[in-house]
Amino acid sequence: MAHIYLQKELAVFLEKQQAEARLHQSIHNFTGIWFVPCVTGTPSTRFSRGEESCLSNCVERFLDTSLFMVRKIEEQRSALENGNGKFT
Amino acid sequence: MASRKEAVMNAVKNEIALTNAQQLMNSANERCYKACITKPGTSLSSGEQTCLSRCLDRYMEAFNIVRRTYMTRLSKERMEDQANVI
Repeated sequence: MAHIYLQKELAVFLEKQQAEARLHQSIHNFTGIWFVPCVTGTPSTRFSRGEESCLSNCVERFLDTSLFMVRKIEEQRSALENGNGKFT
Repeated sequence: MASRKEAVMNAVKNEIALTNAQQLMNSANERCYKACITKPGTSLSSGEQTCLSRCLDRYMEAFNIVRRTYMTRLSKERMEDQANVI
């Protein structure tokens, strides 16, 4: 009996760890992608305001894009279901 | 039993932390090499070394900025989601 509980607990733990790892993975990817366009010239001793806001703008706009795409697809799908089967 | 469970959990956590660190090093290495070593010579010049150490610091900082922004946005979206449900 204890055995089953333990397995369940480990499964939950692993699921959580994997989710965290996925999150980290995307942060790694984003940093890699945006470091080059945002940090221009030779790296200095600290970030300029522009470089810092470039990085955070990139994150925000990327997530906006992602949400926008999802909404767009949703719209098209519901238009397809309700309407005459034509894409808008 | 409990101690074995702990051991497994810690091993998983360590493994993930290690992978993270490796990944950070690999991508910093790649980006900073491109940024700092434009003409590879017979050894790393002191200028290149300065550039590399600054670049590494900036890469870590960039990672933290991206993480902070991402997390803030994530919790904001989550809050809005909950508000919509209620």
